[in-house]
Amino acid sequence: MSGEIKIAVTVNGRQVDATVSPRLLLSDFLRDSLRLTATHVGCEHGVCGACTILFDGQAARSCLLFAAQLDGHNIWTLEGLSASGDIADLQDAFSRHHALQCGYCTPGMLIVAHDFLKAHPSPTAADIQQGMSANLCRCTGYWHILDAVKEVAERRGRSPSVEDSE
Amino acid sequence: MKPAPFEYLSPKTTEAALDLLATHGSDARILAGGQSLVPLLNFRMARFKYLVDINGIAELDYIKLDNDMLRIGALTRYRTIETSAVVAHAAPLLAEATQHVAHLPIRTRGTIAGSLAHADPAGEYAAVMLALDGSVVVKSKSDHRTTQIGEFIQGMFTTDLNPDEMIVEVLVPQARGNQVFGFEEFARRPGDLAVVGIALRIDFDSYDGIEDARIVALGGSNGASRIAASEVEIKGHGLTVDQIERACRAAAEVDMHSDIHATAELRRHLCSALLKRVLLKAQRREREAGT
Repeated sequence: MSGEIKIAVTVNGRQVDATVSPRLLLSDFLRDSLRLTATHVGCEHGVCGACTILFDGQAARSCLLFAAQLDGHNIWTLEGLSASGDIADLQDAFSRHHALQCGYCTPGMLIVAHDFLKAHPSPTAADIQQGMSANLCRCTGYWHILDAVKEVAERRGRSPSVEDSE
Repeated sequence: MKPAPFEYLSPKTTEAALDLLATHGSDARILAGGQSLVPLLNFRMARFKYLVDINGIAELDYIKLDNDMLRIGALTRYRTIETSAVVAHAAPLLAEATQHVAHLPIRTRGTIAGSLAHADPAGEYAAVMLALDGSVVVKSKSDHRTTQIGEFIQGMFTTDLNPDEMIVEVLVPQARGNQVFGFEEFARRPGDLAVVGIALRIDFDSYDGIEDARIVALGGSNGASRIAASEVEIKGHGLTVDQIERACRAAAEVDMHSDIHATAELRRHLCSALLKRVLLKAQRREREAGT
């Protein structure tokens, strides 16, 4: 009853053709089929945010999407974003502010922070807190993550040419 | 935490989707944003033989203002609504409430019609629609109807949608100059499901009196419902300290339930406290607008 679905999807700028089972979650497709294991799987019901990826440029939970839905779409995972250099400042700030301990939530945190800062170029501290509340971290107590995002928001705000070149 | 097997169907037009629903009936379920449905599938609390994925139906994704009526396509995402200048102007209450809907990555995918069809009692949109006298356009292969939201949503997770029907459009009457709106909710963290929320619409007459009012609470066991006893206290009056106090006292008497998140007593308290906050906000907004 559950025939295989053919998809053609762009993942991290690379064209991928695949045949998938309808019930295969995007998170499992990325990790198991493409071996892109930066996308972490936490709760598998959309609460924790560890599996957050960019779907057509916007942050989304990959555990709430099916691989079968990908045909013609554009996915970025942390591997691709990291290699692109687009989030180098965020990664650097996370490192310096100790915004991670075990690191399990970090890929999702970075992607949410990336999308949030694109949508809110000059956020207040309260905006950042609300934006980053999308994801759970069980180690840091969050303050270090918020500090890192706040610093990047301020730095990017001071050098608008970086934003414009996107 | 993996869904049971299903067959995946991805129609590209509304007509094709309605054909599939006519053929498969209750064996099929529409997959829109999937932010509520997919968790239910992953937990295997829900199983369907067919999922009809409507995400490829571009004709269902639009926001337009047409003769004082805001028309929103079924597939329009929260995030589109949140950032739409048309919505901000024509339905400020909808825009304000959308900021309380879940988190950014959920708003990227979740849709307005999905929210209404799911009918979660903590859903913001059902309350907003009740406050604004909104309605849904529902189609099947052979028929179509426009139904007021109060008749469409029948209780917790329950609507009058037949298995062969889908919501194709959401209708919201455009805000008028004599109206003031407000929305407040309480959740444990921003973006979590609301414990209680209040959506408010006040229609002022030309003498600063209140011609009509909608006070809607969300988070009760039957979902969004009007607090008639509070509406009565302000209707025909102005937003005076006295009337606000009376309306809030009435809101503290509403029928609420206890569950793992809050006792009925706390819910009633929140109803009253949030109503006060939202009425004071409306009072400020009325003064600022100079109506």
